[in-house]
Amino acid sequence: MDWSFLIGVVISGLLAGVMYSLVAIGFVLIYKTSGVLNFAQGSMLLFAALTFVSLHEEGLPFWIAFVLTLAIMVLLGVLIEKIVLRPLINQPPITLFMATLGLSYIIEGGAQFVWGTQVHQLDLGIADVPLPLNSILISQFDIFCAGVAGAIVAVLGVVLQYTRVGLAFRAAAFDQYAALNTGLRLPRIWAITWGVAGFIALVGGLLWGARTGVQFSLSLVVLKSLPVLVVGGFDSIIGAIVGGLLVGLTETLMEVYVGPFIGGGIDQWIAYALALAFLLIKPTGLFGQRSVERV
Amino acid sequence: MAAPLLELERLSVVYEPAILAVEDVSFSIWKGEIVALLGANGAGKTSLLRAISNLLRAKRGRLSKGHIIYDGQRVERVPTHRLVETGLVQVLEGRHCFLFLTVEENLLTGALGRRSSRGDAKDDLGRVYEVFPSLKAKAKQPAGLLSGGQQQMLAIGRALMARPNLLLLDEPSMGLAPLLAAEIFETLAKLNRDDGLTILLAEQNAASALHYASRAFVLENGRLASGGPTADLLARDDILSAYLGLVSEKIVETASI
Repeated sequence: MDWSFLIGVVISGLLAGVMYSLVAIGFVLIYKTSGVLNFAQGSMLLFAALTFVSLHEEGLPFWIAFVLTLAIMVLLGVLIEKIVLRPLINQPPITLFMATLGLSYIIEGGAQFVWGTQVHQLDLGIADVPLPLNSILISQFDIFCAGVAGAIVAVLGVVLQYTRVGLAFRAAAFDQYAALNTGLRLPRIWAITWGVAGFIALVGGLLWGARTGVQFSLSLVVLKSLPVLVVGGFDSIIGAIVGGLLVGLTETLMEVYVGPFIGGGIDQWIAYALALAFLLIKPTGLFGQRSVERV
Repeated sequence: MAAPLLELERLSVVYEPAILAVEDVSFSIWKGEIVALLGANGAGKTSLLRAISNLLRAKRGRLSKGHIIYDGQRVERVPTHRLVETGLVQVLEGRHCFLFLTVEENLLTGALGRRSSRGDAKDDLGRVYEVFPSLKAKAKQPAGLLSGGQQQMLAIGRALMARPNLLLLDEPSMGLAPLLAAEIFETLAKLNRDDGLTILLAEQNAASALHYASRAFVLENGRLASGGPTADLLARDDILSAYLGLVSEKIVETASI
């Protein structure tokens, strides 16, 4: 067996998984604070990437386009929370899910309407070519993605653990009713969460867009992040990361080592098979909270 | 007599689709009082407290009729966090501690509710630890590791962090050993005596509640069945047996401990 090849496959699998994690974190943040499974996270990602690319192509410098898009995404998140989800408060989860499903089509359609339907190239200035590292090939772009994801997670972790907003977030995530009774301003916490989710959608959109081109299939990464959430647990940021890594790793390993025997295409469905196995064995996912309720 | 701190005027509470939980309840609480709200399971005590703290909407209920006047202001449309800021604070039934947060973090959420400055929050933390020394020893532990009694103390401590004028407590003795329950009632009585904290105490444990309260109201099927000074209630056999399920000698005995 070629060990350096195996190590290379493992590393590239993990790095591919980072991309899934990035999308999944946006889901988890919103799910934790408001119990909404935001199906529109994928179209938010598309919307962000498309807005950024279009602004950039209009001749705006990178950072200005980035900040402008960020502002738009935060605004979009806050508006979704205020206009769509707030009036649906206390409705059953399925209602909220349907609302975000509808929302995802509206956002996609809106993006199409504003920015057109052509595929855009997005160049972040980082080469997506393999670098040889002790005979193992690793893409520079993958490493960059991992770095960005790591930085986001680190900042989120620090904010959640050591700031007042973070404390309010964790309290609301654990028990909304108690948070409400304690006098925490839930609407503000939701607005902040949606704003952050918008930011993560932007980052995810740029990285995915740079890799695959900014096009409408970008919103389908949402379908890839669902198994990640099942594996990691819907309400755990750590779970989103580990789940993403695991899914990426499984896909790559299976594609390389099992794929040739069954004619390839295994990465299309193996993530769902993995998720199904988790649903049967550990429905809360690796890091999901078991509900702690007192009678 | 001065104006009451809290005035309930003909309150009715409805849950969706059409369950009438509280009907036409009126009473007032004056500053410095401990008032007990008694009644069996499902009598409407919790719904009434939810109405006062404006928590009904979160439970798919609403105030279908009536007014709530707190500190001279109509408050039935004031959001919970504004009420907390003005000192109307509730300790929920079943404690509702944030079990994954440390004891100290739980207490600090109470300061967030009041929007305390960091300095104030620190002072209040010290004060709560004086009231409940056993919490101080566990400050850095997750609340989930506390015993039931300590979680109740934590829930009360969290409420105290908001510097309440009027503290609503929903069944603080639920599920606690008698000695622990007594300790909690003693603490509440002390806060009332020393700091002039006004308390509305919903309890199934009628004997204890009557021992500490100056007045009490009895809810039955959502309606106010009777009310008045505790001494009067304790003297009425019909009330003791019909609404509290107690025999008079027994309750007098318990209440005079």
